[in-house]
Amino acid sequence: MPSPVMPTSKRSGGPQRPAAVSAAGLRKSYGDKTVLDGIDLHIPAGSVFALLGPNGAGKTTTVKILSTLVGADDGRARVAGHDIATSPQAVRAAIGVTGQFSAVDGLITGEENMLLMADLHHLSRREGRRVTAELLERFGLADAAGKPASTYSGGMKRRLDIAMTLVGGPRVIFLDEPTTGLDPRARHNMWAVVRELVTGGTTVLLTTQYLEEADELADRIAVLTDGRIAAEGTPEELKRLVPGGHVRLRFTDPAAYRSAAGALRGAARDDAALTLSIPGDGSQRELRSVLDRLDSAGVEADELTVRTPDLDDVFFALTGGTDQPFEETSR
Amino acid sequence: MSSLSLAVRDSSTMVRRNLLHVRRYPSLTLNLLLTPIVLLLLFVYVFGEVMSAGIGGADRSAYLAYLLPGLLLMTIGSTVVGTAVSVSMDMTEGIIARFRTMAIHRGSVLIGHVIGSVLQSVASVVLVGTVAVAIGFRSANATALEWLAAFGLVALVALALTWIAVGMGMVSPNAEAASNNALPLIVLPLISSAFVPLDAMPGWFRPIAEYQPFTPAIETLRGLLLGTEIGHNGPLAVAWCLVLAALGHLWSKSLFDRDPG
Repeated sequence: MPSPVMPTSKRSGGPQRPAAVSAAGLRKSYGDKTVLDGIDLHIPAGSVFALLGPNGAGKTTTVKILSTLVGADDGRARVAGHDIATSPQAVRAAIGVTGQFSAVDGLITGEENMLLMADLHHLSRREGRRVTAELLERFGLADAAGKPASTYSGGMKRRLDIAMTLVGGPRVIFLDEPTTGLDPRARHNMWAVVRELVTGGTTVLLTTQYLEEADELADRIAVLTDGRIAAEGTPEELKRLVPGGHVRLRFTDPAAYRSAAGALRGAARDDAALTLSIPGDGSQRELRSVLDRLDSAGVEADELTVRTPDLDDVFFALTGGTDQPFEETSR
Repeated sequence: MSSLSLAVRDSSTMVRRNLLHVRRYPSLTLNLLLTPIVLLLLFVYVFGEVMSAGIGGADRSAYLAYLLPGLLLMTIGSTVVGTAVSVSMDMTEGIIARFRTMAIHRGSVLIGHVIGSVLQSVASVVLVGTVAVAIGFRSANATALEWLAAFGLVALVALALTWIAVGMGMVSPNAEAASNNALPLIVLPLISSAFVPLDAMPGWFRPIAEYQPFTPAIETLRGLLLGTEIGHNGPLAVAWCLVLAALGHLWSKSLFDRDPG
């Protein structure tokens, strides 16, 4: 009888919840191409964890391994308390997977897809009908329930896909690029779905190449690049990792600009544009000190902007520059 | 749930899924049925007189009787080409990846295809047989037991060819490739004793026709329905079917168990 939870590790701060997903040293190569080069993960139960990275970083491969679709070459992982290598069926019974590519049966209707899932989860006919009706309603598919899934729009297919994933009441859900290819409205709907899942106690591991999405949804983010985790933490922790925050002052009067530059030693000057940039973390205290010094110098800036580092800065700093090739690869 | 009842339950779910596909998209099945029915009408009404004379029969009904057993098995070959196509299409669908990550009986996906295809083959054979009866085919006083054996043989051939077709579908990257790869299942009956007796063939060709799997099965079915000599063809047909089914099963299973790319 395996214990229901992994022993908790002591590497991250804060109160430790039992891990829904934990992995150590996952490796995978296809031929001589190394796709995963030692991945460690610790995802507390009931949280949203985002794997963020460019195409080809190994996000999908990680999901495929953790969801028992493919085997790892090396390393160990437990999902919902079960070892993925030694008890894959127990893992499968606890998870739901929505892959990058639509996992619906296009030849049959949305409702038939849902009933197929209910049958495969061994629900009674009555229970299957109830769950199907409820989920189709919840995902706005009740009207399209009788149409073949192949006629659905991209957003509808994705919703049906998630609805099918939820039929068995999974405790851990893997969402591989759940919003890729969706329009903004469909994307926001998907975010609402993910938030709702977590309030119900489900653990969500999602992959995304959108920084905004990880920032919006995830409790913790791992930045994956070239098969390794380059950084891991809360969105705020990651933002603190990189410089880039500053207060920017713009002037129209050259005299005021010169006085301000004299009062604020250490500011980066742009004499042509009459702007000053003062590096910092964007805190209230720091902002007040800048304003105090401007006051005592008797100058007033015409425009003041505060810029905190966002995940874009983190992403580009960690994944090697802005010229990251975003070519379409499927893996 | 015990693993056997899990296997039965999940497999029957998958059979229902495959039969639903057939019911929703009957055109593929009907297209495949067209070939044996057109051949039947062509060989009976257009070439019937000549062919009958060739086998020493009185009129075209003699050739209809000779032709039908081979044509029924050809119907199976033609139906399972559809199986190869639908398996290859299915394997490219995301839903298969979903099945692989669910706690279901692992073999049920393929078993669903196989049972669905065998049922479809038997239904097609019954349909072609009905057309033959409508245009005058009569068995030579076959007993109930012989009819039953004939049915059993049809089902066994269907099972064997289906497992081979499933493997062919799995190695094919798309529907076109599957349809090409499964072509031998249509061509083999043409070079068997389905259309002309072995002793009417050129000497060098006869062994090819004689020792391929279709000929013993055709001769056995002919014997059961028309009372001709079965001899060693019975056991040979059953052996061929069992070997092909076993090989096809092992082949398909090992292909399915590979990690998907």
